[in-house]
Amino acid sequence: MDLRLPSKVLEHILSFVDSNEDRNSVSLVCKSWFETERRTRKRVFVRNCYAVTPEAVARRFPETRSLTLKGKPHFADYNLVPDGWGGYAWPWIEAMAAKCPSLDELRLKRMVVTDECLEKIAASFKDFKVLVLTSCEGFSTDGLAAIAVACSNLRELELRECIVEDLGGDWLSYFPETLTSLVSLDFSCLDSEVKLSDLERLVSRSPNLKSLKLNRAVSLDALGSLLRLAPQLVELGTGSFSDKLDQEAVSKLSQAFSEMKELKSLSGLWDVLPEYIPLLYSVCPGLTSLNLSYATVQMPDLVELLTRCSNLQKLWVMDLIEDKGLEVVASSCKELRELRVFPSGAEGLNDTNVAMTEQGLVSVSEGCPNLESVLYFCVQFTNAAMVTIARNRPNLTCFRLCVMEPFSPDHKTQQPLDEGFKAIVERCKDLQRLSVSGLLTNKAFEYIGTHGKKLRMLSIAFAGDSDLMLHHLLSGCESLNKLEIRDCPFGDTALLENAAKLETMRSLWMSSCCVSFGACKLLSQKMPKLNVEVIDEHPLETRPDSSPVERIYIYRTLAGPRLDMPEFVWTTQKNPEIGVSHLAIK
Amino acid sequence: MENVGVCDEFVNLKATELRLGLPGTEDEKQKVSCGKSNKRALPETEKDIESTGKTETASPPKAQIVGWPPVRSYRKNSIQTKKNEAEGQGMYVKVSMDGAPYLRKIDLTMYKQYPELMKSLENMFKFSVGEYFEREGYKGSDFVPTYEDKDGDWMLVGDVPWEMFVSSCKRLRIMKGSEAKGLGCGV
Repeated sequence: MDLRLPSKVLEHILSFVDSNEDRNSVSLVCKSWFETERRTRKRVFVRNCYAVTPEAVARRFPETRSLTLKGKPHFADYNLVPDGWGGYAWPWIEAMAAKCPSLDELRLKRMVVTDECLEKIAASFKDFKVLVLTSCEGFSTDGLAAIAVACSNLRELELRECIVEDLGGDWLSYFPETLTSLVSLDFSCLDSEVKLSDLERLVSRSPNLKSLKLNRAVSLDALGSLLRLAPQLVELGTGSFSDKLDQEAVSKLSQAFSEMKELKSLSGLWDVLPEYIPLLYSVCPGLTSLNLSYATVQMPDLVELLTRCSNLQKLWVMDLIEDKGLEVVASSCKELRELRVFPSGAEGLNDTNVAMTEQGLVSVSEGCPNLESVLYFCVQFTNAAMVTIARNRPNLTCFRLCVMEPFSPDHKTQQPLDEGFKAIVERCKDLQRLSVSGLLTNKAFEYIGTHGKKLRMLSIAFAGDSDLMLHHLLSGCESLNKLEIRDCPFGDTALLENAAKLETMRSLWMSSCCVSFGACKLLSQKMPKLNVEVIDEHPLETRPDSSPVERIYIYRTLAGPRLDMPEFVWTTQKNPEIGVSHLAIK
Repeated sequence: MENVGVCDEFVNLKATELRLGLPGTEDEKQKVSCGKSNKRALPETEKDIESTGKTETASPPKAQIVGWPPVRSYRKNSIQTKKNEAEGQGMYVKVSMDGAPYLRKIDLTMYKQYPELMKSLENMFKFSVGEYFEREGYKGSDFVPTYEDKDGDWMLVGDVPWEMFVSSCKRLRIMKGSEAKGLGCGV
């Protein structure tokens, strides 16, 4: 008796299975389920572009509509990964163009995207709809023009904090008059001014436009006319908010804002002048997301704004808000779920005028019952404060604390911050992401290893005493997926002893630590399913096994060693003459 | 060239054994020369590590550490642009007013001359300064605008040319009442 489900029936059932985790399980049941699943998967996520080859993905999921890729390691955001390391989008676009013609959505993060890539996308995918590039680089506004002109059904074009070679604002003018499908446009990271009349026309003919994020060059005056054309916006990123407007223009702008009944998210606000803050009052009650992290406004003005934002769920702000301002947030924004406080001095302590302390975060933890995600830059913290925060908010899932001066102790007791972080990991049982800072000993990591069972991502800098720390983490944190470490005295022993753990993780990054060249070679030999990349821009002429490496990036992969490594990346496969540990010779 | 003598623990297979025991249960001295023995020392920038192969123990002055604080380069560049725009032109100074609950800050580069500054201060704190006379100072008001200069002295706003004022002003204080009388009445 044939008990197999007809594939059409299985296909129909699978059409209800959205989550890729479930689909991955489905694909393990048997061959025919694998086949049916792979042919019906519509969205593919590859969170490390070197974990698998583009051809393998394209071959396996020919019907996929959406591809999400991540390239460089997270610490690339902080300039710790040298230029030219990798993360090229081209091979992926080429492979998808060849095998997956239905692709209409591409989301790339930390990848190198060239104009050729953008031209290829424009030329290969007939019905391309969504392009979201986050922290990408390598392309110019010419590439954007290629997308604009060719993708006649484009819905979303979002450039989030990309480094773009800006050759001018003409690219916007390439959107044809026939394009009316735009839902989201984000060009906030570009410098050049776009032609206002073209932008206005584009907005007018886009009835479905829900999200518009302008760049700094769009004036306040222009904003007024754009808002009048798109009062239906749900997300708005303003341009510069500092031009001097006459009274009439101000009241027109005020009127335009008050017409925006759907607005939920507000960002931009570059250079916003205090006297313009009241213009935003009418939209405040409806806001669920507010990004003031580029608004250099002082605390009193921030407070005026925030007292009116009773429905706010996500707040990004600079430390100009000060502890006092956060007290206001704690009493006004009861729905708050995510708080990020960024430093106003670009170089940290040396040029910030404000002193953000633990007080602000404690207030918010007390006042906001739904707070689950925190990123907090400050000048000082205490263990007691962390204990209080943990007690108030056991529902935290993300806790990223950056006390800006490395090795800062508890500023009241001068003790390490071990006990504070202990409280966090002990109480917050669902904590998935943690960044630690301040003075920390091995104990802190023992606690994290013991209690951080759900921890998936951990970031560590300038901490610890010895190898024991790394050992605690690798042996204790069962769910650990990404570990990134800089400037810690972790070394070979813990790495080699816990090598097997590395295959259960997506990646491990260690820079300016104490990992020796010999250990890297050994690890590489012992663990063929890992790519062990030694990233050294200034290697010694002769490399004794004992010499420390600048950076090491280890990740599991099915693809084997990558073929696009620059000369400063060393692996045993690429550099066989150095690869063989002298052990083998013996 | 492999230097066999230095790497005893790699010849000793125990070090490479994948086991569950804690490190430190045997004698495992790291021969890797990257002593961060003084954990209080600020780490060097990458250049230093590369040239000496180990970090110094003396703490350097507050040198810029690469990638610290961990702020995205995009954001750093944005803030840097703002700072570069402001550089060479002036700065934000604190403004206090006697009797007001909190201080304000203003950017002196936003103004071209004293009248503009006065108007802005008057708007900000809802008061008026009266009229400025070269010999007598401010007349017609209880409020007197003063500033602290580079030498730490409290000066009357308006006496020196505008540019000199902007470059020497550290903070502003709007005095009120009897204290103001002593300063404002052209002694």
